[in-house]
Amino acid sequence: MAAVKNQKFEPSRPVEDGFCLVVEDLCKTFGGLTAVNQVNLKVKVGERRGIIGPNGAGKTTFFNLISGALLPTSGKIFLFGNDITNITAYRRAYLGLSRTFQITNLFNSLTVIENLVLAAQALEKSKFAVFRPITKFGRLYDRAEEILERVGMTEGRNEYVKNLSHGEQRQIEVGMALIQNPRLLLLDEPTAGLAPAESAILVSMLKKLDRTITILIIEHDMDVAFQLTDYITVLNFGKMLAEGNLESIKANAKVQEVYLGMP
Amino acid sequence: MKLSIVLEKRKTPLGFVVFFTLLVAVPPVLSTFMVELLTQMLIWTIVAVSLNMLLGYTGLSTMGHASYMGLSAYATTILVTRFHGTFPQALILCLVLSAVTAAVFGLLACRAKGPEFLLITMTLALVVWGLANRWVSMTGGDNGIVGLTRPDLGLPWSLDNSLYYYYFVLIFFAIAFILMFLMIRSSFGKTLVGIRDSESRMRALGYNTWLHKYLIFIITAVFSGYAGVFWAYYNLYVSSVDVDTVHSIEALLMVAAGGPGTFIGPVIGAGLFVLLKNLVSVYTQRWRMIMGVIFVLVVFFAPEGIFNFLKRGWEGIAGRRLQKKAGDGSREKSKV
Repeated sequence: MAAVKNQKFEPSRPVEDGFCLVVEDLCKTFGGLTAVNQVNLKVKVGERRGIIGPNGAGKTTFFNLISGALLPTSGKIFLFGNDITNITAYRRAYLGLSRTFQITNLFNSLTVIENLVLAAQALEKSKFAVFRPITKFGRLYDRAEEILERVGMTEGRNEYVKNLSHGEQRQIEVGMALIQNPRLLLLDEPTAGLAPAESAILVSMLKKLDRTITILIIEHDMDVAFQLTDYITVLNFGKMLAEGNLESIKANAKVQEVYLGMP
Repeated sequence: MKLSIVLEKRKTPLGFVVFFTLLVAVPPVLSTFMVELLTQMLIWTIVAVSLNMLLGYTGLSTMGHASYMGLSAYATTILVTRFHGTFPQALILCLVLSAVTAAVFGLLACRAKGPEFLLITMTLALVVWGLANRWVSMTGGDNGIVGLTRPDLGLPWSLDNSLYYYYFVLIFFAIAFILMFLMIRSSFGKTLVGIRDSESRMRALGYNTWLHKYLIFIITAVFSGYAGVFWAYYNLYVSSVDVDTVHSIEALLMVAAGGPGTFIGPVIGAGLFVLLKNLVSVYTQRWRMIMGVIFVLVVFFAPEGIFNFLKRGWEGIAGRRLQKKAGDGSREKSKV
């Protein structure tokens, strides 16, 4: 099975300053609640950036703003130099953005392979083929098989995803994002609810990913976060609390206060 | 896994062959009454299967699906009786009319989903009904329009004969039926299931879900309108009853009772509904009450639809046999 290289994004302007994602003064309010408050962020191409923070810090809202599931109240988002602040979610996928969900979000009435094929098809013209059976698009199936191998799930390819264990579903969740060959991958707590052994498998798979892919990870598990990322942003009450490499975050007094309640 | 794929590939064409062979071979031995019922069934099956693409596969429940059928029935009757149109002209006019109407209605409806979608489509259906009822100079209002005659194809068989008209409808039914089957299996068809299961995921993946919903809304309306042409020629009379929302509700019942989200379910639903409706109404004026009881029973004992109910029963029996043979294994299927 030859690895099919799929470079399917609209031509974008040259990446300015080598930044993949630039977020400027991003705010999102829900009624009186400010979920994301004046966040600034610059992520280099190929970086592994961790986003951590206590519950309700606005991490997932922040992801929803970047992926386009929500539109910001104010502020700007640039992806590879393109202003994507107000473009819809599905167009962002064409620019190479791909995400996973904190709460597993799969097509429950379809099988594992069908889920992956549907994901692989998203950026192809074939999605509008009205009479040709989806099974005739062998290339999509090849890519799905390739991903199944990578997440180590070739056994269950014809299983309905609703019958999978939580761990397997989380693997497919990541596989669905990977199959699109993203340039920016947003992982929203990929290891949520996983047993340590399952989590270790996922982490080792994510570690092997090509360094041309930029990854943003929300993670609650500090061990996982420190294993996968090389730079961390800490959010608290929607505001950016701290930013830095692993050592400086571990040593940061404010971060310790938020997480451990120390004065 | 290979074996199951081979079986899948063989099973469907075989089912189609059996289904169409029966539809071709059986009617000559049936009474005129039964042949006319079968004609009705074919027409309603087109409506139900197309509605199922919206309701069962995309997860959008509409209350206005039969409006396009009624609209087409009006268009056909008016074109033929007032403007001396022919059958092919009527067919083309109705396909275009349904597509254009749905394209306008869809702009309003496809912004919503769930109950809101249902309400908007119902409102639009009522607009159509209101037009049919009040625009008397055009539609004849309550009195409707008479004077339609069956198309003359220049063949030795007159379509005034129930049996020949049945075969005429059967040909057009087969075209629509196979097209819809292919659509459900297509890449586009799978995207509809994706939207039903998780629209947020579809959007994140890069699908313009609005566009997909809008397209399927128009496509299904065209099929409903297509059925309307044959409905008009079947009844040879059209009135505001034909655009009544009751028809849309009946179509919903056919799909819901038959088995939404399955290809065969609506076929069973439409067949049973037409059969029961006509048989029961022979014996009593209160047929709606009896139909109501039957549907309550279906909802009670087979809430997932008759087809899924039968399938589950069959799988239960087959599963027990398999267990006896080879012991249990929930992953058995995928490893075959």
